[in-house]
Amino acid sequence: MKYQTVIGLEVHLQLNTKTKAFCGCSTDFGKAPNSNVCPVCLGFPGTLPVYNRQALNSAIKLALAFDCQIQEHTKFDRKNYFYPDLPKNYQISQFDLPLSRNGYLDIYTQDIPTPKRIGITRVHLEEDAGKLIHETEISLVDFNRTGIPLLEIVSEPDLNSPQEAFDYLTSLKSIIEYLDVSDCDMEKGSLRCDANISLRQQGAKELGVKTELKNMNSFKGVKDALTFEVERQTQLLERNQEMIQETRLWDDQKGVTVTMRTKEGAKDYRYFPDPDLTVFVIEQSMIAQIKAQLPELPQQKMRRFIKEYGLAEYDAKILVSSKSDAEFAESCIQDFPGKDKKEMVNWLIGPLLSEANSRKVKLHELNLKKNELINLIGFVQKQEISYLCAKNVLSQLIETGKSAQDLIQEGNLQQISNADALTQVIETVIEENAKSVSDFKAGKTNALMYLVGQVMKKSSGKANPKVVGELIKRRLN
Amino acid sequence: MELNQLTAHELLGKLKNHETSSEAILGSLYARLQKVEPKVKAYVRSQEIKNPDLNFTAQGFLGGLPITIKDNICTEGLPTECCSKILQGFHPPYDATVINKLKRSGAVIFPLKANMDEFAFGSSTENSYFGPTHNPWNLDCVPGGSSGGSAAAVASDEAIWALGSDTGGSVRQPASFCGVVGLKPTYGRISRFGLIAFASSLDQIGPITKDVQDAAILTGIISGYDPNDSTSVNQDVPDYTKSLTGDIKGLKVAIPKEYFISGMDAEVKAIIEEAVNKLKNLGALTNPVSLPHTEYAVPVYYIIATAEASSNLARFDGVQYGYRAQSDNLIQMYKLTRAQGFGQEAKRRITLGTFVLSHGYYDAYYLRALKVRTLIKQDFDKVFGDFDCIIAPTSPTSAFKIGERVQDPLKMYLSDIYTISVNLAGIPAISIPCGFTKKGLPVGLQIMAKPFNEELLFRVAHTFEQNTDWHKLKPKL
Repeated sequence: MKYQTVIGLEVHLQLNTKTKAFCGCSTDFGKAPNSNVCPVCLGFPGTLPVYNRQALNSAIKLALAFDCQIQEHTKFDRKNYFYPDLPKNYQISQFDLPLSRNGYLDIYTQDIPTPKRIGITRVHLEEDAGKLIHETEISLVDFNRTGIPLLEIVSEPDLNSPQEAFDYLTSLKSIIEYLDVSDCDMEKGSLRCDANISLRQQGAKELGVKTELKNMNSFKGVKDALTFEVERQTQLLERNQEMIQETRLWDDQKGVTVTMRTKEGAKDYRYFPDPDLTVFVIEQSMIAQIKAQLPELPQQKMRRFIKEYGLAEYDAKILVSSKSDAEFAESCIQDFPGKDKKEMVNWLIGPLLSEANSRKVKLHELNLKKNELINLIGFVQKQEISYLCAKNVLSQLIETGKSAQDLIQEGNLQQISNADALTQVIETVIEENAKSVSDFKAGKTNALMYLVGQVMKKSSGKANPKVVGELIKRRLN
Repeated sequence: MELNQLTAHELLGKLKNHETSSEAILGSLYARLQKVEPKVKAYVRSQEIKNPDLNFTAQGFLGGLPITIKDNICTEGLPTECCSKILQGFHPPYDATVINKLKRSGAVIFPLKANMDEFAFGSSTENSYFGPTHNPWNLDCVPGGSSGGSAAAVASDEAIWALGSDTGGSVRQPASFCGVVGLKPTYGRISRFGLIAFASSLDQIGPITKDVQDAAILTGIISGYDPNDSTSVNQDVPDYTKSLTGDIKGLKVAIPKEYFISGMDAEVKAIIEEAVNKLKNLGALTNPVSLPHTEYAVPVYYIIATAEASSNLARFDGVQYGYRAQSDNLIQMYKLTRAQGFGQEAKRRITLGTFVLSHGYYDAYYLRALKVRTLIKQDFDKVFGDFDCIIAPTSPTSAFKIGERVQDPLKMYLSDIYTISVNLAGIPAISIPCGFTKKGLPVGLQIMAKPFNEELLFRVAHTFEQNTDWHKLKPKL
């Protein structure tokens, strides 16, 4: 690669507080337009904002999870601009004394075995604006969203590929879910992401001309838009064409970015401290208290899983990416008898996650009793049922809620390990697969696997593959 | 004496003894209005007078005593227009916190609002969209401003007592010009919720009354912490009437030399000096002091106040309430609404405030002004280390002629030269009548104290008042 990609992300996150940032209105999503409003969030004359302590708490929580420095004296500023989604024509935001600064997020990304550290420039609290709905003739504004607490999380330009940007967002979402401070739903707009991207010659120190990308409404959209932009910028550079600083919109349908505005004629927001809100002092005791209440975060949990249960890093990483999955998994692992937890872990990250994914639910939402899962794995370990059959039983456990024992009996699924019982099937398979038999004899080990597979198929998965393999080998040698 | 000529505490006595009623008091006020309102024009929309809501809280000790409210304090169901075209027809769906407190105490809100300079921008009440108010002592003169309507109404017995607001002297200066009592309480003493903001860090609602006892009663009613105003201070409200002891022996009084400079009207100077002698005779000990940063108060004020105003007034855009100019283009609608809706002084201040907050000028103007503000505050802290109060004139002159200063904003701004520092420092100050010029215009004496020491102000003011007759004089109308 001739060029290095440089990406910085700006994430806006709606906090899941019950009420808005500066008034008592509900933050419920999906209510009738302009129903979650009051004179304060509508900016009526004479009304005043009042801090929502819960929002500040959530913001501090997340900032601490990024190991940010918390500003002891934080203040709110007014960002002045006229826009119809902004009833006061200024937004209460934070300018020079943001709540927190200088943190980081370690992300696991493809091709790099160790986590990569991405700097977090700042995390600050502000109020969300209203939502404009453009019809053909007119535009409408819904103020339900106005005043919902919004965190702005700005990363350093430390991301060097669209994949890294995707992994950053995934890690971020995971932490937010652990802290339970937002529902992180990009489709509902509770998480929004803008990206700054530029290219530079490998080894160059100066940053290239950047493009700001907007209008991505999924993590994949962010990755796709960035991928498109890398390609577009590479071509411009290759052709020695001039790069201009601009804001581009991602068109998800067409898979392209298009110019939104080019001349960024430095907007003057006339920031100044909001005189309606006094300086907010974040006492060390408050920080300590919030810190003490921080849950175990994904990477801490991952390291602990590796240490305590001997999990492979890859497996642990999968299990901790969702908090509820990790909790469910841990309780299964704990209850699983014996020191070696590998079998349970394989079940969790294999069949269980795939059952959950296909049903679009979390592990704990599968209608599955932990002890039945443990019993089922026990039957496999005792070779009373084949792994193949057991996977089917798992589906049925979830669907019927019956016991594993009953399902195995009802389905007559006990594994056949008895040589006599298997001989008949094995003979048939050998007869029907002369080619594979000769391949095996010629030394191709894959042929044996194939033959075993055929026996499994004929026995409806009930045959013990290990025993079958031995029997075929013995028969053919 | 007619009922409307009495003080609030006199009427409270009569109400308590069932010698009069809320209806009778209102009746006498209406009769007075019919006679003098065409000359004084203390109120706005006086042709549209409605019957007041006499559903006052029977338990409230005010027993239905009416009170006059400045047009920038929100009153549910009554127009609250800040005497600006841009708020034409605005009926707030909520009461200001002070109105709530008054209603709970049994007050009847007088159904007409008092005239004022548009958005409290002015010192003469000439900047009202509804036209000027006339000084009851001389109809050719201004009543002062911006709470000129409230002060003129009280002085002309068109009101029993009234509320004004004071950002740079807007209660004290008109009280001085109209020969009544006006208090600017400590910043944070009274909730600003429902006071339509001019400069949020300076604004404070204050009483305008016929004597000091009324001011003490009214201040007690409207003071106190309000969870709806983060800048209100959670400090107990004393019974201010208990401070009216009539004793100031040994009181340490500071006389700031910067307040007795050239440019001050010689007659006013003589009257103030006489008042100081009176205090000495009553046992006060006076000493000259210096408040060295006084000369910067006016420029600092016009930077901070206009900066905040430019942002506070951004919400008046024609979208949700008030006046809207018709246009099929949003930006054009904003521009026309504000061009047609704001008066000249409002435009001047918005422009000035926008300028001082602009990129490249912020540090030189706004930031520096904040620093000088701190120095001004420190001047006062220093003096209050050694003295109980500071005595000064309220205004360098008595009431000036209507039209005299309209074309000279700088001269107009200097009317507040003695009152502005108090707002910048956040301290309380009271203006009481202390004499008359040869032409028969009242002169006010200003007493300042350290934060939350309104009790001392009432004690000193009351002692002076009880030993003089100035407050008993009535204008001949």
